Amino acid sequence: MSGDKEKNMAERTVEIASKHGLHARPATLFTQTVAKSGVPVQISKASGRTVNAASILGVISLGIEHGDTVTLVSEDPASDALLDELAALLASDLDAE
Amino acid sequence: MSGSTLQGTGIGRGIAVGPVLRMPDPLPEPDETPSALTPDAEKERARASLAATAAIIRHRGERAGGSAKDVLEAQAFMAEDPTLIDDVGERIDTGKTAERAVFEAFAAFRELLLSMGGYMGERATDLDDVSQRVVAHLRGVAAPGVPDPEHPFVLVARDLAPADTALLDLSKVLALVTSDGGPTSHTAILAREKSIVAVVGVADALGLADGTEIVVDASTGVVTVSPSDEERDAAVARAAELKAARNAATGPGTLADGTLVPLLANLGSADGAADALEKGAEGVGLFRTEFLFLDSTSAPTVEEQKTQYVRLLHAFAGKKVVVRALDAGADKPLSFLNDAPEENPALGLRGLRALRANEPILRDQLAALAAADAQTDADLWVMAPMVSTVEETRYFTALAREAGLKTAGVMVEVPSSALLADRILADADFASIGTNDLTQYTLAADRLLGSVASFQDPWHPAVLKLVGEVGKAGQATGKPVGICGEAAADPLLAVVLVGLGATTLSMSPSALADVRAELSRFTREDARRFAELALSANSAVEARAAVTSAAATTE
Repeated sequence: MSGDKEKNMAERTVEIASKHGLHARPATLFTQTVAKSGVPVQISKASGRTVNAASILGVISLGIEHGDTVTLVSEDPASDALLDELAALLASDLDAE
Repeated sequence: MSGSTLQGTGIGRGIAVGPVLRMPDPLPEPDETPSALTPDAEKERARASLAATAAIIRHRGERAGGSAKDVLEAQAFMAEDPTLIDDVGERIDTGKTAERAVFEAFAAFRELLLSMGGYMGERATDLDDVSQRVVAHLRGVAAPGVPDPEHPFVLVARDLAPADTALLDLSKVLALVTSDGGPTSHTAILAREKSIVAVVGVADALGLADGTEIVVDASTGVVTVSPSDEERDAAVARAAELKAARNAATGPGTLADGTLVPLLANLGSADGAADALEKGAEGVGLFRTEFLFLDSTSAPTVEEQKTQYVRLLHAFAGKKVVVRALDAGADKPLSFLNDAPEENPALGLRGLRALRANEPILRDQLAALAAADAQTDADLWVMAPMVSTVEETRYFTALAREAGLKTAGVMVEVPSSALLADRILADADFASIGTNDLTQYTLAADRLLGSVASFQDPWHPAVLKLVGEVGKAGQATGKPVGICGEAAADPLLAVVLVGLGATTLSMSPSALADVRAELSRFTREDARRFAELALSANSAVEARAAVTSAAATTE
């Protein structure tokens, strides 16, 4: 994945609220939201690898824990609303659902 | 092997005759022969098979509906996972075939999930299933999994997983035969719940060939291969007799001497009420209230709860309905009750302990129940889950009575409660024995752990002895003692439980007919004699065998 910034790139930085991090149900919920939208979104942990946010296996492999800060990036011009939704998702305690 | 017989453990008393259909064997591992095609051609094959498999899985999910749909939808996403597809591509670039690359990529993710444990670890099995399906598609062979022929059949398998049985068309399954698994395996539980003839733990079952006719006799645990005409006719006649007996045994649960043993239903929501009544439930012996809470981030309001309770109580007007207060913890954690990680959740803050730590939630639930009771005509009883002391009993019954509920009891699931049942029943209006947890705690075997599953057998004399203690206390105090665990759905064990002093039996509605028919065969004296036999046995297996043989010579 290239990390080059482009002019149209939308970006959100969020702290993970789920108590057990982005595993299990929270990860499933998150990736399925991305996959169903059809919009390409990348997710990365601070100073870590970048993976496709629609991939449950990729997201799990990042080992995102409670309190970690992650960055969501999309180059799709129509991604703003989706990124807001995803950021809200990550900022809520998904384990409680 | 014409006329030969195989021995296993029968579940229930049914008998069936039919052709064998084997659960397909898992596909062999794709070998490492380098591909003869270009990487691009292999990638295209992999892409097409992954997409086709996802579509098939999704279609099956839509057909199955319910909870199976969610499981299968998640599996379809796995087949479409972009990271997985990239990984398959990278493996193909090193010269592997699509089959081998798919197999390796799934295996790598399986390891990753397993290493994470918990919920993700459980999904590892799903990943195996998806991998097998994609490889089968690439090879153009039948996908492994539950067979779906046009004709009725006897399903022969190593053991059945929940994912298999979710998709099983039960109307075509005459019987189940497994080589592995014991009387408490998933297969056995399914068979009991759905009243399917089953013999489990038949060592040589996998030697049976597709199409071979067999007789499956659950009352003896014997599978007869290629029966003679006489054997087949006898089995067909017995099956008809049993069916007639089951249909004839209507009305209230009654022993042969006229003793009434009310048969009640276990329900997980008000939706099952009509079905339970149709199957002859005389009330509800266990209404689980977790469904009201599981999907919430916070407890539902009194008003929301009341609506659900009113629905249930309306359906059972004039009948007894036992509602269990929220039973969270261990296998069904609720983060708003207890989110502290526990080393041994089954021994942790669960059941009444968790409610007590969150008393407003318990008070709200009791208030909602009292309000629903005031509006309806059912006979509402409430009980606390997992009570382990007399003091806890007093705590719960005081709160319930304060809320205006007239009948308050406790579940006996912990040996300490069974041993002090006389003191517990001095305060509680009734006791209801949860045999699954009582077995888990008596034998110190986690009921969710496969490696100790063989300990989870309610026929164990130690478990029955504890049930007997509660039965005696019930008789001494004149208070009702119900059973609401898996054990009550096992027809012969149900008779033993009555012999131990159980006054009502509660079970999944589909088990009612068989238990009703079984009770009608024996007197209270017989039941007590069977109970003595079971109590004096050395093991669950011995207890079951002794009572089975005594039952065969009674009547």
